[in-house]
Amino acid sequence: MAYLELQGLHRHFGDVKALDGVDVQLEQGEFLSLLGPSGCGKTTALRLVAGFDRPDAGSIVVDGKDVTNTSPSKRDMGMVFQAYSLFPNMTATQNVEFGLRVRGGHRADRHKRVGELLELIGLGHAGDRYPHQLSGGMQQRVALARALAIEPRVLLLDEPLSALDAKVRLQLREEIRRIQLELGITTLYVTHDQEEALSISDHVAVMYSGRIEQMGSPAEMYSAPATPFVAEFIGTMNRLEATVVDGGSGAVEHRGVTLTVNAARDRQRGDRVLVLVRPETVELSPANGDGGPNTLVGEVITQTFLGPVTRLKIVGGAADLIADVPTAKAATLPVGTRVTATLPAQGARLLELTDEPLPEIPEEPGPAGR
Amino acid sequence: MKPRRFMAPSAFVWLLLGGAYFFIPLLATLLFSLKSIQTGKCCTLSAYGWVIHNGDFWHTIKLSFLLALETIVISLVLFVPTIYLVHLKVPRLRPVIAFLALIPFVVPPIVMVVGLLDFYRGSPTWFYDQPWGFLVAAYVILAFPYMFFSLDAGFRAIDVHTLTEASQSLGASWLTTLFKVILPNIRVAALAGSFLALAIVMGEFTIANLAQFHTFPIFLQYVNETQAYRPAALTLLSFGITWAAMLGLLFVGRGRGARPTLLAGGR
Amino acid sequence: MASEALRPDLASGRRRLSLAWVGTLPFFAYTLLFLFLPAGEVMVGAFKGVHRGWTLSNIRLLFHEPYIHAYRTSIEVSLVTALIGGAVGLAIAYAAIREGTPRWIRSILTTFSGVAANFGGIPLAFAFIATLGTIGVVTQILKNQLHIDLYAHGFTLFGKTGVEIVYIYFQLPLMILVIAPAIDGLKREWREAASNLGASPYQFWRYVGLPVLMPSILGAVILLFGNAFAAYATAYGLTSGVVPLVPLVIGAYYTGNVLSNPHFAQALALGMFVVLAVMMLIYIPLQRRAARWAR
Repeated sequence: MAYLELQGLHRHFGDVKALDGVDVQLEQGEFLSLLGPSGCGKTTALRLVAGFDRPDAGSIVVDGKDVTNTSPSKRDMGMVFQAYSLFPNMTATQNVEFGLRVRGGHRADRHKRVGELLELIGLGHAGDRYPHQLSGGMQQRVALARALAIEPRVLLLDEPLSALDAKVRLQLREEIRRIQLELGITTLYVTHDQEEALSISDHVAVMYSGRIEQMGSPAEMYSAPATPFVAEFIGTMNRLEATVVDGGSGAVEHRGVTLTVNAARDRQRGDRVLVLVRPETVELSPANGDGGPNTLVGEVITQTFLGPVTRLKIVGGAADLIADVPTAKAATLPVGTRVTATLPAQGARLLELTDEPLPEIPEEPGPAGR
Repeated sequence: MKPRRFMAPSAFVWLLLGGAYFFIPLLATLLFSLKSIQTGKCCTLSAYGWVIHNGDFWHTIKLSFLLALETIVISLVLFVPTIYLVHLKVPRLRPVIAFLALIPFVVPPIVMVVGLLDFYRGSPTWFYDQPWGFLVAAYVILAFPYMFFSLDAGFRAIDVHTLTEASQSLGASWLTTLFKVILPNIRVAALAGSFLALAIVMGEFTIANLAQFHTFPIFLQYVNETQAYRPAALTLLSFGITWAAMLGLLFVGRGRGARPTLLAGGR
Repeated sequence: MASEALRPDLASGRRRLSLAWVGTLPFFAYTLLFLFLPAGEVMVGAFKGVHRGWTLSNIRLLFHEPYIHAYRTSIEVSLVTALIGGAVGLAIAYAAIREGTPRWIRSILTTFSGVAANFGGIPLAFAFIATLGTIGVVTQILKNQLHIDLYAHGFTLFGKTGVEIVYIYFQLPLMILVIAPAIDGLKREWREAASNLGASPYQFWRYVGLPVLMPSILGAVILLFGNAFAAYATAYGLTSGVVPLVPLVIGAYYTGNVLSNPHFAQALALGMFVVLAVMMLIYIPLQRRAARWAR
């Protein structure tokens, strides 16, 4: 029995359909990320769960009870906003204490709990500082402690790390996950950063244009994307349009070259498909002649240094793809080298190609510095 | 705090109250202006006719308008180069000048006129007894804070250093730079300050009254004291002038950010 | 500075900088001549006697009737209109800005407030005479339609209360214009976070909203106070100088023959200056505090 359920949520703003029928279930203690580009509806969905907006249709159920018409102050959820949510006229301690103060209770008990929480987030010494005296990362920690202080049934986070520096983001996301596991609190997390979502979630729901494209574990999302959008959005993926030649052997034809893709077996001859190949599964070697079976031949036209791995773009003839190779090996294949790219018959996934244009992922704006 | 799609009822009530308080006196004035002196009842335009045919009216409103123009010109000539210089070369002076702009809060017109009348008592007649001298001198000071905030905002919005250096590197003299490069770029700010100065001078009563010059507001008060119903027509006209100045300000400040919202009318 | 490179003809940096200072001289000379020296004249003259020499008698006279009464009335009127104008202005500004109110209402409010805040002095006085005077439109309607005779009940527009009613006409919009940016600064996230943590609207305003707004509100009220305290034309147009307000008393010296000692008029003005200076000293640190929290 799901603890938190979003049932058939619809929300439109004028002509724009922000949410077009969204269904999500979370078990108690589960960490689920809503992942997607700007405008996909993830924040809209979160705000509906929090109660800051009302759906045009659909409902929100927590622990079996419908809270769709409950005011946000009565939903017993804790929310961490993207930025600027700490009350400027209160110290960190007072901010964290706020939810408890509103509920009454003994001052001694409140202070004890606040002290515990500040220790939990590693700011036990900074309780007397005001928000404008805290760094961005510290502010978000305090915001987290404040949300947790009221022992909410559900924890909601709206891109809490987007406004922070890269290093702080990495640190903080680990901490959020650690605390969440320690407290066992049901968590709904919104982000546009797929690496973030994949690294800390139990499950990920990819959203696009107000709908959920696919929901599953991070591993599933990465290795078995169900739609072209998910394939493009999660990690980097080579997408090769092809037509099935022989269903028995799994042969497909891509730009005049015949490739063997195991996943193409059981397909009809003539089916149009999208072959998905992860860059790290592409094998490269200097070309001599035409290359062997399941290969595309081309020239290295760019190298992008990514640390342990270097990304090579291979173009030529039928080839237009990306390969990730260990940096040491990349040094032996400088720009201009003719290479043979071998595609794994087993590792490639297959998706049906429809007449719809393939979704292009818009350039995500850099870390939102305000 | 429930998500709200429509206006809160309390908000509606407050806005209604505010609107009523604003409009009722204006409506009453309009009704008054249409009453005839003989019967005390509606409806005639004779009050407006009287105004239009009144020589003193035209004389004083022309005087006030010309005084406003003189104030604006002197203000611009005095303040624009100063603020330009401060932004370009002596930024340390800027907070000093900004502080000076707060002085009129502490030295309001009623206090200022007391000082001016005494200090300049012995000064030559062409200054002390003429509105073009004494009054305008005071009005420039009155307009100063509004001029400063407008012009300062204007200068802050443009990159003074880059424009000046670009102009000079192309061979222009200081004067050419000022007139051909800087001034056109702060035109909006200068206009905004000018509209405020216009409203100030057209409405200034205190100094004119104590120094005994016959400007338009003085004429207004004279009519107030001596006529029935007719002052209403003048009041609406005066209100119309304020409106026009504000609309000019809005028109000029379209698309701009910070707009000086301070008070210009004589209180 | 990069501009140094453009004037190699000037030998030393110090010489060039002093040239710039010289350029600001006309401005400072002007403020000296027409602001500081006259203001100084007032402050110094207040201590002069009628026949040469220095004296405190002018100052001492300020504390006697009827002058101390004028100060008390002026302060009272200013305080009342500042507080009422402040509270009501805050409510109206908030009503226009808060969630749920259409955006265009705010623009209209700003425009009308700009006009109303500048509509003061003589014309405003007459507008209210036309409204609440003895034969004013509203007075007549109340008398004839609702059988409420204001003037029979002791109300008069031409006394202290009347002045307060009229002053509020320009105090309200001034408050609206000044406090609106501060209300804008109330981040939506605070309201939502407070609600999310279980606070009622009342609790939000009590613990977060009003405390954050308070420096701005106090600063605005001080501005309103100074505005009313210094007002002359409106009260003059309304009462021709009958109500005991300090600016009117000062004016009486110049327009009538009520006072015969110029130095006493200066003492009155000095008294005004002191009151306003105290207000300014409270205002400046308040503004700084408000700016700090607006980040």
